[in-house]
Amino acid sequence: MLVVDSKACTGCKLCEKNCPFSAMIVVEGTAKALENCTLCGACMNVCSEHAIQIERAQASPEELARYSGVFIWAECEEHGDRLVPKKVVLELLHEGRRLAEQLGEQVKVLVLTDGRPVDLDPLFAHGADGVIRYENKLLDRYSTDAYTTVVSGIIAAKKPSVFLLGATPDGRDLAPRVAARLKLGLTADCTMLEINEDRQLVQTRPAFGGNIMASILTPFSRPQMATVRPNVFQVGDAAPGRTGEVEDFEVTLNKGAVRTRLLEVEAVVEEAVESIENARVIVAAGQGCQALENLSLIRELAEELGGSMAGSRPIVEAGWIPHTIQVGQSGTTVSPDLYIAVGISGAVQHVVGMSGSRTIVAINNDPEAPIFKVADIGIVGDAMEILPVLIREIREAKAAA
Amino acid sequence: MRVLVCAKQVPEVTDVQVDPETGTLNRDGVASILNPFCEYAMDLALDLKKGMDDVEIVVLSMGPPQARAALMRCLEMGADRAILVTDRRFAGADTWATALTISKIVEKLDKVDLILVGKHAIDGDTAQVGPELAECLNIPQVTYAVGLELDEKRRRVRVRRETDRGHQVVQMRLPGLVSVSKGAALRRVCSFQDILEARRKELITMTADDLGVDESELGLKGSLTQVVKIFPPVEREAGRVVDGTNPPLAARQVVEFLKDKHFV
Repeated sequence: MLVVDSKACTGCKLCEKNCPFSAMIVVEGTAKALENCTLCGACMNVCSEHAIQIERAQASPEELARYSGVFIWAECEEHGDRLVPKKVVLELLHEGRRLAEQLGEQVKVLVLTDGRPVDLDPLFAHGADGVIRYENKLLDRYSTDAYTTVVSGIIAAKKPSVFLLGATPDGRDLAPRVAARLKLGLTADCTMLEINEDRQLVQTRPAFGGNIMASILTPFSRPQMATVRPNVFQVGDAAPGRTGEVEDFEVTLNKGAVRTRLLEVEAVVEEAVESIENARVIVAAGQGCQALENLSLIRELAEELGGSMAGSRPIVEAGWIPHTIQVGQSGTTVSPDLYIAVGISGAVQHVVGMSGSRTIVAINNDPEAPIFKVADIGIVGDAMEILPVLIREIREAKAAA
Repeated sequence: MRVLVCAKQVPEVTDVQVDPETGTLNRDGVASILNPFCEYAMDLALDLKKGMDDVEIVVLSMGPPQARAALMRCLEMGADRAILVTDRRFAGADTWATALTISKIVEKLDKVDLILVGKHAIDGDTAQVGPELAECLNIPQVTYAVGLELDEKRRRVRVRRETDRGHQVVQMRLPGLVSVSKGAALRRVCSFQDILEARRKELITMTADDLGVDESELGLKGSLTQVVKIFPPVEREAGRVVDGTNPPLAARQVVEFLKDKHFV
């Protein structure tokens, strides 16, 4: 229920201007919500007098059961003049499809654009039943305020039972904003999702740097919201030609409600992160590589195997490589076919980001290094002595083949 | 100008394990530290204060009484005063209940211009309390900051933030919240003088009674998520280890292994 404190309200009409659904009006100097109010919270967020409160009473199980649909935020990236959904969106679709089928519900994708065309075919091909599209030129770049208002508006109006976002920097910026605006439970950075016998979403995630796993429920609020770690779930097989309906959503978005402005964008090597997210082979360097110059050997080995270079947190902190190719809990999670860890001790925060790799090779001079506990084959020795020989041997093996 | 730093005391996470028998968390004998990203938030606050006498840094921590140690650390680093938010009724709070509780404290403070938080705490790793706090306070946010600059009129900040593609520079109106992912490259060691001064600084305690919020909104009762199970992660099986004292021999064994797996 939306309550206006008539003493505090100054009749400034900010809420009227910023209501996504044109459901607020100011009558005789006081704000009032109309019947089409969705309780999306945009008015509360812009009210400088704190005159608007939304009382969200705990919903009964019957009310919760009325929420239906697995919704996914399609975070996009620019490819020329088109917007293309990120890989994590396809991973979420595969997982969301599985959950929706268990629930007997539909999968819908939220697509926000400034008007540039968005590739919708891959969304349908990977399992979406429908797309809810919203277009506004204020959405040319991600901003917390604009995206929160639009996404909260759609969620409040459509009432899905599950809402998933990729645990990317922007996904983890947006999800808690939307959750707090709508007073929804939210679980961060999940690596496992299941539906239990009570039709609840069981959200499992690593905590304490990867030392423990925790399974979490959201019993009292809908949708059940979770961000999901990229590169943990598979991208399923595409079903080309599969289609669905596209609904254009209508909400108002006011420029004044966007309180940040993007001034500059500096891309590190544009391909950097994509290269480790999609690489079949990764050669990762750690502190044991001793000096920046030695990274040329890592790069050489990666090239020889048709892979990409990555690294652990200490060498990012040392400024040897950009944070975009950092593997681990505070970097990117990867699951290539082959992961070669060179001079990486294997702290739990690193291992949690690469233990999904199919094959792991480790080179480290400390026989006690925890990396050997996860490696399929490990060499105890000086990486800088071994690498040149290893590169030469691989070249010879390739030449012989 | 008032800058609020939210700090969390965390266990040294590498030492925390799940007891595989009982499925409970074993934190016995594990040291507590100030969350490193909160320390970075302090770094940026201190940077901002440099050369500006009228900037006050208030540091706040919600946690058990022992969290006082984390606040003392911030006072030693240079915060001006500290607030410990502690009450058994806060126990079991999830990110929503935590953010709501802190927001009520912030509303009690007279005018806060900028809130700095760590990008995440190394124990929970959620990165949610900062943005949820900003939403509870209806203020804007910029996450994953590596540096910030105040404009001359002190009405805006320019924040350099990390993204998965590189960096962005974002301008934000104040009051606002910034979550910090990187601080000073070199940590200044606190002197004996700093420690003595910290002891003379104000450190007050606030409890649930100071909030004016119904108890059903706090702690476990006020939480929207519930942890139903904790368990140790599935471990990979360790493979074989090769002696590397003879590099050509070791390299050859690895190449054979890679050939078997069709990588070469």
